[in-house]
Amino acid sequence: MSLDKTGSDRAQGNGTAADQHRTPLLDQLESGPWPSFVTGLKRLRDASDKPYAPMMNDLLGQLEHSYTERLGFWKGGTVSVFGYGGGVIPRFSEVADRFPASKEFHTLRIQPPAGYHYTTDLLRQLCDVWERHGSGLVALHGQSGDIMFQGCSTENVQKAFDEFNAMGFDLGGAGPALRTSMSCVGHARCEMSCYDEVKAHRRVINEFLDEMHRPALPYKFKFKFSGCANDCVNAIHRSDFAVIGTWRDDMKVDQAEVKAYVARVGRKYAIDHVIAMCPTRALSLNDDDTLDVDNRSCVRCMHCLNVMPKALSPGDERGASILMGGKRALKIGDLMGTMIVPFFRLETDEDFDRLVEFARTVIDFFAENALEHERIGETMDRIGLPAFLEGIGIEPDPNMVNHPRTSCYVRTDDFTDEAAKYFERKAREAGLDVAAD
Amino acid sequence: MSTAEQLRHPIESGVPDPFPFMHPVLKRNYGAWAWHDRPRPGVLRHVAKSGEEVWTVRAGTQRQMDVFTIRTLCDIADRFAEGYVRFTTRSSIEFMVSAADKVAPLVDALTDAGFPVGGTGNSVTMISHTQGWLHCDIPGTDASGVVKSMMDMLHEEFVREEMPNRVHITTSCCQINCGGQGDISINVQYTKPPKINHDLVAKVCERPAVVARCPVAAIRPAMVDGKPSLEVDEQKCVCCGACYPPCPPMQINGADSTKIAVWVGGKHSNARSKPAFHKLVVANLPNNPPRWPEVAEVVRTILSTYKANAKDYERIGEWIERIGWPRFFELTGFAFTRHHLDTWTGARKTMNMSAHVRF
Repeated sequence: MSLDKTGSDRAQGNGTAADQHRTPLLDQLESGPWPSFVTGLKRLRDASDKPYAPMMNDLLGQLEHSYTERLGFWKGGTVSVFGYGGGVIPRFSEVADRFPASKEFHTLRIQPPAGYHYTTDLLRQLCDVWERHGSGLVALHGQSGDIMFQGCSTENVQKAFDEFNAMGFDLGGAGPALRTSMSCVGHARCEMSCYDEVKAHRRVINEFLDEMHRPALPYKFKFKFSGCANDCVNAIHRSDFAVIGTWRDDMKVDQAEVKAYVARVGRKYAIDHVIAMCPTRALSLNDDDTLDVDNRSCVRCMHCLNVMPKALSPGDERGASILMGGKRALKIGDLMGTMIVPFFRLETDEDFDRLVEFARTVIDFFAENALEHERIGETMDRIGLPAFLEGIGIEPDPNMVNHPRTSCYVRTDDFTDEAAKYFERKAREAGLDVAAD
Repeated sequence: MSTAEQLRHPIESGVPDPFPFMHPVLKRNYGAWAWHDRPRPGVLRHVAKSGEEVWTVRAGTQRQMDVFTIRTLCDIADRFAEGYVRFTTRSSIEFMVSAADKVAPLVDALTDAGFPVGGTGNSVTMISHTQGWLHCDIPGTDASGVVKSMMDMLHEEFVREEMPNRVHITTSCCQINCGGQGDISINVQYTKPPKINHDLVAKVCERPAVVARCPVAAIRPAMVDGKPSLEVDEQKCVCCGACYPPCPPMQINGADSTKIAVWVGGKHSNARSKPAFHKLVVANLPNNPPRWPEVAEVVRTILSTYKANAKDYERIGEWIERIGWPRFFELTGFAFTRHHLDTWTGARKTMNMSAHVRF
């Protein structure tokens, strides 16, 4: 262990210059044009009139120690607030004998306003609370979407939470629980947005807060809400239940704006970068520089809308696709969300009620059927998509697959019955009377 | 007689309503936007169906912010914007203003205060990252430090829009990879099986849970020196580190054995091609704080090759799909090894099952 002398000799951090830990490695992260988190940590350390200054001095000492040893020195534990089982990330230092003032450095995960909107007044109030009870260090935001108030003693966790909670803020998720969600800027500022993300986000998450605050699920469960297939909040890789906006009728084309775009960039550029980049060859440029769209071939990938936002817009019949089972490596390798509901209409209050009900069905299925420490994507793989769909009451749809099965190892003795059900379903969707009814 | 302290019951308010904190122009035109453009890098103009316009100025932050930094940003918002901000999912901050003539003074104020304005359009955006040595309990490397080092190098690419398409970079401080998929992903790659402190295993770890966690069934219960512990079949072990979080005495991090790998071609947007996972390019790079120069060099090579060779709107993965992986390795000068061949479930599906070859 190579501790600097100043650090190892100190019994208690007190933030005065004479007792500051030397940080030669971290100091190197203060140069360069990008804002430096090290400079920020030092500002907190140097705020000698603040209660957190000694804590931040020792935090810097421990971090420098990590940079020297190339190892982390935090361990978990159990810390929570009254009434809740999750939402605080406990961190106890393994080198507290050398850096006692930061021996407890817990994080409060706080759910941000949907879409991450803040007034300066609100941000200042949050800072004030965190100066009273915490370290003054805040991550906006963590990778799960929370405001991360980093650095709190065990004693102060409840005090900090009480003040945040009184302001209208609630803890987020941690552990095997419903997790804090994210929604894109969407309706607030984006013309691509195909449903009200704030409404969906708040309706769904607030319905299941018990699963967030008192962890009882087999493992973590994440919802994420993106307004279109650009998927700005990365729902498809990083959520168990991804709600991704789309539309079902024809995209809207302002032909005058198409012509203006072609006139501006040139025919060749427009053909090479819009027409030829359409993944399903659904576009064609007419001889008069208007756009010909084969809407039945369009997969709503968003490329042409992104390139020509003034000329092209989503259609009128709007809603979302729901993809399920996305997650990272553990334990069966990366999983991408799989298309489960190609189109879920999200226009009226009743539509949003149906979304909440569907989410409840899925959460209940997960709670009852997933193994310990199993994400729903792994459950889907383990039991197979047909059983999963049956469990959550969804009928198979060709949009769920890249292509039908290639393996003949399947029992098909009820194929004819299943085909009959398919035709009945189609007839019902078309508004026809069905004999079985 | 003393009474127990009265504990306060939480108000289970859940996700806060954003409308009280939303810029008035955004609120007035909620769900009724018509189109947008980018007047300059880092600035967006959105036009509502009502005809109202809003300008957004996006600036990079260090994500792990001290309250003084947050208050500086608030001061700028109060003085040069209209008191409203929002954050992006990649930890950039956005200031909304309702008049075009407020944009330039705002950009100047941010730039003067050291916050780079950019990250919109075809730029390298802020690196999404994890907690690292600052706060994680299982980190193999730092995250904030890696990001600071890389963003110093990529500063010009953030403030300009000169890339063929946007570039999302992610970092992760262990193989769980909380940082996410990226066009370029800078991730810890463990290279040695865990080192077990047999004195502690029985006390600290729920052994069946640890055995169940291993993805390749390399862990089994064992008696070591008369104590119940665990052992690892090192031939089977894939050094993923999954056993370490539930069982800290199975230390996976090592000052010399924790390495960095760089991956490319991840993408979550559905635009043009379907979403994709990132793929391995270089492994075994040293975990070299405080500036990780070897990693920076690899990232610089990938980005400069992409910038010079990709067509407009091709993301890194899409560019490689067009030119082919043989050409990618040739252009970048990286080695292609047996470690690039996938060995996981369904690995054959990642092989070239055709006679398509490129020379």
